[in-house]
Amino acid sequence: MGFEPIVPQKELKYQDLRIYNDKELNNYTDSELKSFKIKHEIPVVEQLESGPWPSFVADAKRLALHRRKLSQDRMMIDRDVVEDLLGQLEVSFKDGETHWKHGGIVGVFGYGGGVIGRYSDLQKQFPSVAHFHTVRVNQPASKFYSSDYLRSLCDLWEYRGSGMMNLHGSTGDIVFLGTFTEQLEPIFYELTHVMQQDLGGSGSNLRTPSCCIGKARCEWACIDTQDMCYDFTQHYQDELHRPAFPYKFKFKFDGCPNCCVASIARSDMSFIGTWRDNIRIDQEAVQAYIGGEVPPNGGAHQGRDWGKFDIKKEVLDLCPTQCMWMEGKKLMIDDKECTRCMHCINVMPKALRPGKDTGASILLGAKAPILEGAQMATLTIPFIKCEAPYDNIKEKVIEPIWDWWMEEGKNRERLGELIQRQGIRKLLQVLNIPAMPQAVKEPRSNPYIFWKEEDVPGGWKRDIKDYRSRHAR
Amino acid sequence: MGLSTNRLGLYNPEKPMENRLTDMGPRHFWQYFPPIIQKNYGKWLYHEILEPGVLVHVSETGDKVFTVRCGGARFMTVEHVREICDIADKYCGGHVRFTTRNNIEFMVESLEKLDALKKDLTGRKHVTGSLKFPIGGTGAGLTNIVHTQGYIHCHTPATDASSMVKAVMDDLFEYFQGMTLPAQVRVSMACCLNMCGAVHCSDIALLGYHRKPPIVDAEVLDSVCEIPLVIAACPTAAISPTKTETGKKAVKINDERCMFCGNCYTMCMALPLSDSQGDCVTILAGGKISNRINAPRFSKVVIPALPNNFPRFPEVCQSVRKIIEVYDSHANKYERIGDWAARVGWERFFELCDFPFSEHLIDDYRLQYDTYRTSTLFKYSPASWEVSKAVGGVED
Repeated sequence: MGFEPIVPQKELKYQDLRIYNDKELNNYTDSELKSFKIKHEIPVVEQLESGPWPSFVADAKRLALHRRKLSQDRMMIDRDVVEDLLGQLEVSFKDGETHWKHGGIVGVFGYGGGVIGRYSDLQKQFPSVAHFHTVRVNQPASKFYSSDYLRSLCDLWEYRGSGMMNLHGSTGDIVFLGTFTEQLEPIFYELTHVMQQDLGGSGSNLRTPSCCIGKARCEWACIDTQDMCYDFTQHYQDELHRPAFPYKFKFKFDGCPNCCVASIARSDMSFIGTWRDNIRIDQEAVQAYIGGEVPPNGGAHQGRDWGKFDIKKEVLDLCPTQCMWMEGKKLMIDDKECTRCMHCINVMPKALRPGKDTGASILLGAKAPILEGAQMATLTIPFIKCEAPYDNIKEKVIEPIWDWWMEEGKNRERLGELIQRQGIRKLLQVLNIPAMPQAVKEPRSNPYIFWKEEDVPGGWKRDIKDYRSRHAR
Repeated sequence: MGLSTNRLGLYNPEKPMENRLTDMGPRHFWQYFPPIIQKNYGKWLYHEILEPGVLVHVSETGDKVFTVRCGGARFMTVEHVREICDIADKYCGGHVRFTTRNNIEFMVESLEKLDALKKDLTGRKHVTGSLKFPIGGTGAGLTNIVHTQGYIHCHTPATDASSMVKAVMDDLFEYFQGMTLPAQVRVSMACCLNMCGAVHCSDIALLGYHRKPPIVDAEVLDSVCEIPLVIAACPTAAISPTKTETGKKAVKINDERCMFCGNCYTMCMALPLSDSQGDCVTILAGGKISNRINAPRFSKVVIPALPNNFPRFPEVCQSVRKIIEVYDSHANKYERIGDWAARVGWERFFELCDFPFSEHLIDDYRLQYDTYRTSTLFKYSPASWEVSKAVGGVED
């Protein structure tokens, strides 16, 4: 199995792309680092260097020293940017308030997203972070990298920016933290021309889609999350770069109902892999679990003595639909009653596997609390086959939803809020799908149904005189 | 073509649209897979956690891939990333992967390489002592905390993120490197209600929160903000138009109605909220995103406000530890924090954690009725006896 990228990929070799030579890259020693002091006094920030967890302060300091020892003409923004960032952080801790100004509209020509403008409000004290714009770089699906690519990215970012980054931002992008306005276009040109790499989304755009590890290293992936993520990202580049939506819109792709990228809680359109046939059972492996030859739950509980594995207590009784039982030594599942929650499969990965007839459930409208309160995604399409080029999903689901939302959505109204405001009934019309009990937890308990005229025999036009002919006032 | 080494590189500001390339999207994922991943794509049979932080995945081809998972601060410098690349080159054919929760994963094909890799990773420390690549974050333990920017880059935070995460992970490090809990515990951190980190469905969520209404910068408001948009941005209609003494258009805030969401500040820089005394940390618990056994659910507020005690947030660390320790000693195997709290009852959760239950924890927003208890099914706890005493229902 292999993949043809939609855009042919040029090979990136660090040796061909690099900016810094080995001497520049290894320009300080551990003993220099131990005695290194940045230009500002930062006793509070420095309290974050002790303890076992990786210290971002210790990491920042070594970059500061590295930049100190690089020639300034080998960096297009001030070498002190790391030291000034730590200095400003110290002041923020003392003041208990951030020192970044509100907003700042910067970007690259033709795009309405991908760059977040940021300015310090302590520019005199910390001139190297006077501008501290971030650049979102669209990560490859499921975040595998080659060192050639990452090293090239590091050289580019150290040369034209602060050298500080996030791997990764919450939505999934590689985040370049901090550069000056002048360098934004040059960074974009280097990314696109040299590295064949585009920016991610920000603002009222399609945000950078993201996915779980999927078929690359997970036995439970029921859909090809990487391919869907890549395909949809490429197909909707215009929506990703040029704001045309009422607010942000997120796609996320989870390979199974375990939801490792949390699509159900944080994407406007959540794709979750599932199956419609039967869970595959290896009865011998079931016995191996029962006999204690294989640790349950992939060994996840091995740090404590939980006693001997008990299939009744740990699997059958915890099954939310009670659709499993033992017949002698045989594990039985009534698959049509199964809601595919993954518990039994998680507990006995060697014995149980998802079915083979797979596809996705599509859920709509999740979001964090701003503005109307947090929302979880609502089950809308119970099952859809997911095969490239995914035209069924694009034409029958995504585009009708976007048309509706762009037409009816208010400024800064997320899809989930529009669904609440206009109702699932409206959503059914938009998608041209019938109602199903699966879309709700339970039917309504009030009878305040908004009947339509065409639902009611004889319509709504009535004559008061006719009524009065039977009823005196 | 190498990366450019002059001020503006390939960009010509005289002709900004010349040779512009757009809409090319991300790099294709396939080229970044190690050969063993390419070969076994879609063919994995099962996996096992060999020890905390170390997994093996077995393919139907008989191939095995060993993964070492390391915690990472999501803030990383190019120096750190270059070191990651050195390790990837030395052991993993130049490949490395990052997880959604900011962990770093190195993959190798043999047990010999695995041992050498683990030894190497464990030995790497910053000069001031912290580990560069702590191995862990798997199974029934605590994995890395996903978080937001805080004071490093954000203009709306009510607390800092990187420092709080460092403090909490230092404190709970044993759980990152162990698998002794009843189930996995996912902690998330967001420094304001915008929740760039989407913490609203986590086992434990740490949330920065403002508690003072915005200050109106009336001098500039009319010239930098669209007043109708600002008024419309308020979910509780607490903002209304007014004029200053000098006749400038401005807005006024009905303080009683403010719920401190900061949406007005997002729309208008002339309405700052942050304040060193007002800003605090709210703790939520019991959420999850997996569909396992029961539906995903929101986290619930369990501590309304803890102080922003920089840089190590001792009150936050103590409270998180308390929840985890009580959960650890009371929950059944496979129960997430929210499953356990729902089984024993939230009244018991508060009693066992010894957290005060104040009126702040009772919902009074739009869907408050959904949280009212409309039955006689409750457990007695010290908090319930206080109510009985208050009305003379029981002797003091």
